[in-house]
Amino acid sequence: MTTLAAGVEGSNPLLNIIIFAAFVLITLVIVFRASRNTKTASDYYAAGRAFTGPQNGIAISGDYLSAASFLGIAGAIAINGYDGFLYSIGFLVAWLVALLLVAELLRNTGKFTMGDVLAFRMKQRPVRAAAATSTLIVSFFYLLAQMAGAGGLVALLLGVEGKGAQALVIAVVGVIMIAYVLIGGMKGTTWVQIIKAALLIIGALVITLWVLGKYGFNFSQLLQAAVDKAGKAGQTLLGPGKQYGATGTSKLDFLSLGIALVLGTAGLPHVLMRFYTVPTARDARRSVVWAIVLIGVFYLFTLVLGYGAGALVGPDTIKKAPGGVNSAAPLLALELGGPVLLGLISAVAFATILAVVAGLTITASASFAHDVYANVVKRGKTSPDSEVKVARITAVVIGALAIGGGILANGQNVAFLVALAFAVAASANLPTILYSLFWKRFNTQGALWSIYGGLAITIVLIVFSPAVSGKSTSMIKTADFAWFPLSNPGIVSIPAAFILGWLGTVLSKEHDEKKYVEMEVRSLTGAGAEKAVSH
Amino acid sequence: MSTTDTGGPPDTSDTVWERAHESTEFRELRSRLRRFVFPMTAVFLLWYLLYVLLADYAHGFMSTKVFGNINVGLIFGLLQFVSTFVITGLYVRYANRKLDPVAEKIREDIEDGPAKEQA
Repeated sequence: MTTLAAGVEGSNPLLNIIIFAAFVLITLVIVFRASRNTKTASDYYAAGRAFTGPQNGIAISGDYLSAASFLGIAGAIAINGYDGFLYSIGFLVAWLVALLLVAELLRNTGKFTMGDVLAFRMKQRPVRAAAATSTLIVSFFYLLAQMAGAGGLVALLLGVEGKGAQALVIAVVGVIMIAYVLIGGMKGTTWVQIIKAALLIIGALVITLWVLGKYGFNFSQLLQAAVDKAGKAGQTLLGPGKQYGATGTSKLDFLSLGIALVLGTAGLPHVLMRFYTVPTARDARRSVVWAIVLIGVFYLFTLVLGYGAGALVGPDTIKKAPGGVNSAAPLLALELGGPVLLGLISAVAFATILAVVAGLTITASASFAHDVYANVVKRGKTSPDSEVKVARITAVVIGALAIGGGILANGQNVAFLVALAFAVAASANLPTILYSLFWKRFNTQGALWSIYGGLAITIVLIVFSPAVSGKSTSMIKTADFAWFPLSNPGIVSIPAAFILGWLGTVLSKEHDEKKYVEMEVRSLTGAGAEKAVSH
Repeated sequence: MSTTDTGGPPDTSDTVWERAHESTEFRELRSRLRRFVFPMTAVFLLWYLLYVLLADYAHGFMSTKVFGNINVGLIFGLLQFVSTFVITGLYVRYANRKLDPVAEKIREDIEDGPAKEQA
């Protein structure tokens, strides 16, 4: 590969576009068909709670295996070896928090949003406003990461080089996503996730078998090939420390990242909202089991994909390609199966971004319409119809913001933005969810302190971290106002939010015993929980 | 304390929830759930933390080759996958046997019970 001017050499942009257009067309037809029954608020937000556990589990894995997982982790393993693998372990183990502590109790207690659960036994308006604020912020960071990733991906796959043309593609992605959400609601969005997850996992399986086949299904031999291809520094790919092992600070940074990853997942609003799409807590449990298996298996595939890309394409070629680290998996596909396989993998990667963005948009719009509009502004006195109308308008606004933000954030580090969303989710949301489900004494002031406190500490630490200023890899390279040494704030912000939640609680005398009793019985037994809608 | 602005789902009669909450069945359900999920959460978080700390601070140990190019770190990492799958399986079995039947009984008592004010 000598010239990379027009995207990846050997890539056929027209073929890529045709495959991608076919995916969009097929999913739009399915979304249209699925949406014929979307009438009530429960349909729009929670797909009538009519999905089965396995279906929802596949959709969750579709939601969770974002472009950052697929392209980012494979690329990180190809370049940094073992350190890339560490991400996937944090992302996977995190699901046990959701399984054991959150999913079922949340499904039993809430209706549509995280705010439903947090505000259950608190003063409704302040807690819902706080929950919605945090939901919108986490979703927006996550959204930005996906849209920023789309720009880089476009450069790589379609050979679109100019920033203007990339902006156009980001806008097209955004408009398609808005269409999914407006037409299909949660049901349509869920089907897009399911289709995408199936394509992604099958695609990764095919490439994994292909790579392993080349090395006689001997993983050790694959590792050797990756080591040989990387040249003199090759051995370091196999052990930890290549990326994070340099200094004491970078080691601490990694520890901090590890904590945020494992505690962040169960606080991601778009993951939490998926638990409402099934009829019972038992189905919520089954969905998490399916999600854990699919996500676990997928991450094992990425291990092979990453080292395979290292062995067959080589770290130097990957780094030089447009899209950099993110191009490892597509380049591997090209190496193995030529332009057709590259086209298929590219379409899957696009579909991934599209589906995740749609999931985030519906979550953010639901939180705004249900928590802010219906309960804070209208004080619970509004019709479900007008609530859904507001949700649809919000979806368009968020979509437009995501397009604008994505164009501005084009070229930013995708993994960093995702890690940021995880840090906020782990600091602001998880402590509040756990306290409100398990701590009897917890009250309104405690909830507000842990949400706003966690949010503020996380964001302040990030703004004054080397991720934003002072280093060659920072967002703002020309200035240096960093005083917090770590790029990942979790190690400070998560304990701080737990302490604030406790402190706020004990400093207030408020306690609603009746609501607490009701919530505990509901959450453990599912009595009075929202039922599925049958059409 | 003010709870005048609690919206949310329609209230069933308070006594229904309180009666259920006081019942020995409910107490048993709660303690069964907590007896399983709290220790298990501690176990997997400590096990994960051990792994992260080793990967972070014990590079030499993690890079020790066991066979071929497979080193301690890779085996440790794969064991995290195994433990996640095993804990998932254990919980599902426990929930199916020990939690669901009790929860179902209490739920039926509440929803079909004499006080049928459920909206």
